[in-house]
Amino acid sequence: MKVLVAIKRVIDYNVKVRPNSDNSDVELANVKMSINPFCEIAIEEAVRLKEKGIATDIIAVTIGSQQSQEQLRTSLALGADRALLIDAEQPVEPLAVAKCLKAVFDEEKPDLILMGKQAIDGDNNQTGQMLASLIGCAQGTFASEVNIEEGRVSVTREIDGGIQTLSLTLPAVVTTDLRLNEPRYASLPNIMKSKQKPLATVTTDELGVDITARTKLLGVEPPAQRQAGIMVNDVTQLIDKLKNEAKVIS
Amino acid sequence: MSILVIAEHNNDQLNSATLSSLSAASQMGTTIDLLIVGYNCQAVAEQAVNIANIRKVRVADNSAYQHFLAENIAPLIAEVAEGYSHIIATATTTAKNIMPRVAALMDVQAISDISAVVSEDTFKRPIYAGNLVATVQITDPIKVLTVRGTAFDAAATEGGSAMIEVVSQVYELGVSSFVSEQLAQSDRPELTAANIVISGGRGMASGDNFDLLYRIADKLGAAVGASRAAVDADFVANDMQVGQTGKIVAPDLYIAVGISGAIQHLAGMKDSKVIVAINKDQEAPIFSVADYGLVADLFTALPELESKLS
Repeated sequence: MKVLVAIKRVIDYNVKVRPNSDNSDVELANVKMSINPFCEIAIEEAVRLKEKGIATDIIAVTIGSQQSQEQLRTSLALGADRALLIDAEQPVEPLAVAKCLKAVFDEEKPDLILMGKQAIDGDNNQTGQMLASLIGCAQGTFASEVNIEEGRVSVTREIDGGIQTLSLTLPAVVTTDLRLNEPRYASLPNIMKSKQKPLATVTTDELGVDITARTKLLGVEPPAQRQAGIMVNDVTQLIDKLKNEAKVIS
Repeated sequence: MSILVIAEHNNDQLNSATLSSLSAASQMGTTIDLLIVGYNCQAVAEQAVNIANIRKVRVADNSAYQHFLAENIAPLIAEVAEGYSHIIATATTTAKNIMPRVAALMDVQAISDISAVVSEDTFKRPIYAGNLVATVQITDPIKVLTVRGTAFDAAATEGGSAMIEVVSQVYELGVSSFVSEQLAQSDRPELTAANIVISGGRGMASGDNFDLLYRIADKLGAAVGASRAAVDADFVANDMQVGQTGKIVAPDLYIAVGISGAIQHLAGMKDSKVIVAINKDQEAPIFSVADYGLVADLFTALPELESKLS
């Protein structure tokens, strides 16, 4: 079966993010960029499905500037068969991303769409659900286990109260949680081979999608800072402080 | 201007998370309706009518909605949403699953996890694991929002007398079905609603050692949480994870034990009123957000803490 994996280029999770000089947006200049960690898990799951002989064709897709080719090449090195860049210089909101992915879905007709449950930049956690909505198909969000079984996919989900398992008809959108798998690193031979794999580019106009923003970012600021605390010497002093200074225990 | 709040419940009890959305809603307008979607959920409706300042409690009660499948509930909410200016739910895993699907059906860009209301169309929300706060204005005529529960006080559960209205539309897409569920059973308070939370990290070294935390939690009436490292290592279940991708908590007292303090964990607890860190590594980043830090071996500090708490 055919698997579409949607990925996103984001600021690397180790980078301490800052507002830019006029606090209008996040500072992106000279910052290390990577594949969103949840998307790496989605790629890994697709590659494992291929190794099990279930997936036959893995397409990695992203929406972003030409620089996003870097993350698509990494996806190819990790095991995707081909890649598609939807070229957009401006930031694209989740609904518009979902519309672009819907256009790719209509063209490619994948059986399964895998993507991260959220990107660690905007923390929106929307795109997968929106795509499933636009396709009118089933969704398995926050997946910690995925099993393909005769035209359906069984998805175990991490929910607030514990764990839930759903059975979905294909095609379906599955968004990945942290414990679904542990992504591999790309090997050097695979990185070399990835340069020969096909990477196509398409514009949002060619897909017929209007990506005009529906929201305005009015500013970005650091959160309120906590006052510096104190170190206590022992448990007795800690209990005393909590009882008599902070008054949070009795 | 009228606002539709989507209730969080288990078909039996109204979840207190709903009260945060109602409180956020009251900052956007005065006409507030509550929508309860579920199966055999009349008890929830009866609790909800007492909540102050609700005009109507609208109830869609059908077996199609029993397990809160997004595929069935989203089209119902999108239809009921007609005529409202804001559609709001608290950012639980249920709402995070459903609300973007609703927004896409309505062709609206949703805003997730708002932490403050600036005006009826402008909101603050944490981004980058709470390391920055964005101010966002929505230009769509209908605002679909999820609300960070810890950022808004709970609305009063008494003093209201809303009328109940039956919503009879049924959507059953037939593309998804419920198989099973394993819900954590605990006599301790719910993590996101507890006044005191004590959490363990990789330093706990095993799941059995979490007993040290449970015993203290029972003395304090606290909930027990965990860092991602502790959940990944299978010490405890995923429903205990506090952090960027787990639960967001803001109790009066948060005690972090054997947790180094990765930014992804801090994202889930740094709005707590008082933070205590117990860690044997004095360089651990958790100390930078702690009000009280104790450099100690947790295997000696925890039994001592337990015995000295009256």
